[in-house]
Amino acid sequence: MIAADSVTKRYGAREALRGVSFEAPAGERLAVIGPNGAGKTTLLSILGGIVEPTSGTVEMERTGWVPQEPAVYGKLSVAENLRLFARLEKVADVADAVVRALDQTGLTERAGDELSTLSGGNRQRVNIAIGLLGQPPVLLLDEPSSALDPRHRQRVWSFLDRLAAEGTTIVFATHDLAEAARHADRVLVLADGELLFGGTPDELETTVGAAKDFEAAFVEYLRERGH
Amino acid sequence: MRWLLLKDLQILRRSPLLVTLLVAYPVLVALLIGFSISGGPDKPTVAFYNGVPPGETTFDVGGQQRDASAFADQLFDAVEPIRVSSREEAIEKVESGEALGALIVPADATEKLRDSLSLTGSPERPQVEVIYNGEDPVKRRFVESTIESRLAEANQALSGEITKIGAQYLDILLKGGTIDLFLQQFDVLGLERSEQILRDRAAALPRGSEAREELERVARFAGLAVDNLDLSDAILASIGEPVIVKQTVLDGADTPLDSFAVAVAVTVSLMFVTVLLAAGMLALEREEHAFGRLVRGLVTHLELLAEKVVLAALCAFALAAVMVAGLSAFVSIAWSQAPLWLLALLAGALAFSALGVAVGGLAREVRAASLLAFLLSLPIAFLALVPSGTVSNTLYDVIQVVSAAFPFKPTLEALDRTLNDTGESVLGPVAHLLALVAAYLAVARVAVRRFD
Repeated sequence: MIAADSVTKRYGAREALRGVSFEAPAGERLAVIGPNGAGKTTLLSILGGIVEPTSGTVEMERTGWVPQEPAVYGKLSVAENLRLFARLEKVADVADAVVRALDQTGLTERAGDELSTLSGGNRQRVNIAIGLLGQPPVLLLDEPSSALDPRHRQRVWSFLDRLAAEGTTIVFATHDLAEAARHADRVLVLADGELLFGGTPDELETTVGAAKDFEAAFVEYLRERGH
Repeated sequence: MRWLLLKDLQILRRSPLLVTLLVAYPVLVALLIGFSISGGPDKPTVAFYNGVPPGETTFDVGGQQRDASAFADQLFDAVEPIRVSSREEAIEKVESGEALGALIVPADATEKLRDSLSLTGSPERPQVEVIYNGEDPVKRRFVESTIESRLAEANQALSGEITKIGAQYLDILLKGGTIDLFLQQFDVLGLERSEQILRDRAAALPRGSEAREELERVARFAGLAVDNLDLSDAILASIGEPVIVKQTVLDGADTPLDSFAVAVAVTVSLMFVTVLLAAGMLALEREEHAFGRLVRGLVTHLELLAEKVVLAALCAFALAAVMVAGLSAFVSIAWSQAPLWLLALLAGALAFSALGVAVGGLAREVRAASLLAFLLSLPIAFLALVPSGTVSNTLYDVIQVVSAAFPFKPTLEALDRTLNDTGESVLGPVAHLLALVAAYLAVARVAVRRFD
C-alpha cells in the first residue's frame, strides 16, 4: 500500500503540490488526472522517492518506476536490457528476475530480439518489465499508454489489470479520462497542485455531472473551481 | 559504473559503422594535419643537368687538384636528383611537376672556376642556373632554400679551401719553403730567416755606419712583418666564416618538425574520438530516455558522467597508443619514455572526455551533440597551434588564456615532451589536464541538471 499525508512541494515561490493526502491499498489501480502542470509527475516522483516533499509525509513500500517514454536501449536485446537494469537495481538473483519479468510481460519469446526491432507496444511492455524487476508492491507509471495505438494500449492495460489482480498497487498519471474511467478503481484529480477530487470514476462522473460528454464536463468542472 | 561501461561497449560493438567512422575520420584528419605541418619530403626532387664534359671536372687550387663533382655529391645528399641530358629536358621536368626544381651546370663552369682561381686571376666567375616551379609557393620555398643552402655550403667549402691554401702561402712566406707555380718549384727564403740574415750581416758592420743602420731598419721591418703575419691564420679563418652561429632554443623544446607533427596528429585524433564519443554517448542516454530512469536512484549524476568519461578515454587511449606505435615506424619516437607518454595520453584522453560530457550535457540528441562537439573541436585545435609573432602580443596573450581553458594545448605539450624526450617535465601539463577534468565534470553536472 501507499499513503500520502498533507504532501506539499515548493520550487522556490511556486507551489507544485499543496497538501495532498490519499491512500491506496494493495491491488488498487489509482489514476492521477489533471491538466498539464497540475503536479501529476511531481506527485509520482515524491511517491517514487525521487523527490523529497517540502512538507508532509509519505508511507510507502518499495516502488517500481515506469517513465512515460520507454527508457530502454535500442541496440540491446530485451533480455540484455532487463539484465542491465536488474544489475543496476542490485537485484539479488538477476537471472531469476529477468525470467520472471519476461514471463510477467509475455515477452519470453522475444527475449533475444533487439529492442529497435520491437513495436511501440512491446517496447512499452519492456519498459514496464524493467519497472517490475525488483518485484515492487507498488508500480508508478507516468502516462503509460500515451504513445500507443489502441491495440497496443489494450495489451498494456490487460497486463496492468492482471498485475493489480495479483496484488500490485498501480498508480498511474494520465490525461485520458476515458482510460482512467475504464482502468482505475479510484481517481485523484489534481489542478495547480491542489487535490480537487478523490473517489471512484463513477463518483467523479456524478460530481462532474455529465453523462454524454464527460471530457467537456470535466473541463467545465475545473473551470468552475478556478483552474 | 561497471555495468554501464559494459553496456556502452556492447552498444559500440553493435554499431560497426559508427565505430569505423569514429576511428577512421579522426585518424584521417589527424594524419592530414600532421602531413601538412610536417617538414615535407626529406629530399626535394631536382632535375640536374651537368654540361661539363667528362674529364673536365677538376680544377687547381694552389697547386692542389680538386674535383667539382665532390661538391655536386654534397648537393645530392640534400636532394633527390633526376639526371637529364639537356637544359630543355630539365625545364620540362620542372614544368611537368616531376621535379620541384632544376639545377643546370653550364659546360664552361669548371673552366671559369679554374680561371678565377689561378694566380693570374679572372673577373668572370662560373655561374650555375637554378629553375623553380612557381605554381606552389610552399614547394618553391622548400626547394629554393634547400638548393641555396647547399650551394652556399659548396661556396663556403671552396672558399675554405682557398683560405687554407692562402694561409699555407703566407706560412711559407713567413717561415720559408717551396712553392709550385707555373709548373716550376720556387725556393722561398721566408721572412724569419731573412730577418736573421739581415741582423747577422748588420752585426758584422761597424757601429754607426750608414750601411748597418739601413740593414737594421730592414731587419726591424722583417721582424714586424713576422710578428703580424703570425696572426694571419686566425684572420683568414674569420674572413672565411666571419660570423659563427650559435643556436639556442628558448621557451620550448628543440623538437624536429616531423616529430612535432606526430604529437599534433595524435592529439587531434585523441580529441576527436574522446569529444565525439563522450558527447554522443551521453546524449544517447537522453535520446533513449534512459537518462531519467538511471538517475532516479540507480546511479548518481556524477557516476553517469564519470562512466562516459572513462568509456571515451579508454577507447581513445587505446586508439592513440596504437597510432603512436604505428607512426613510430616512420618517425623517431622516444620509446624509453613510453610510461610517460602513456600517462600523457591518458591524462589528455580524460580531459578531452570531460570536455565531451560537458558538450553532451548541453545537447538533447546525439546528432546535436556530435555537431556541437565537431564544431568546437577544430577551433580549439587551431587556436592552440597559433604561433607567437603571427598576431599582436595582446591577441596572443588572449589566445594563450583561451587555449589554457581547453585540453588541446596541455595535451600537445605533454605528448611533445614525452614522445620526443625533450627533457622537460610532463607533470605540469598532466596536472593542468587533471584540473580541466574536474572543471569540465562540474560544468557537465550543471548542464545535465536541466534534464532532471
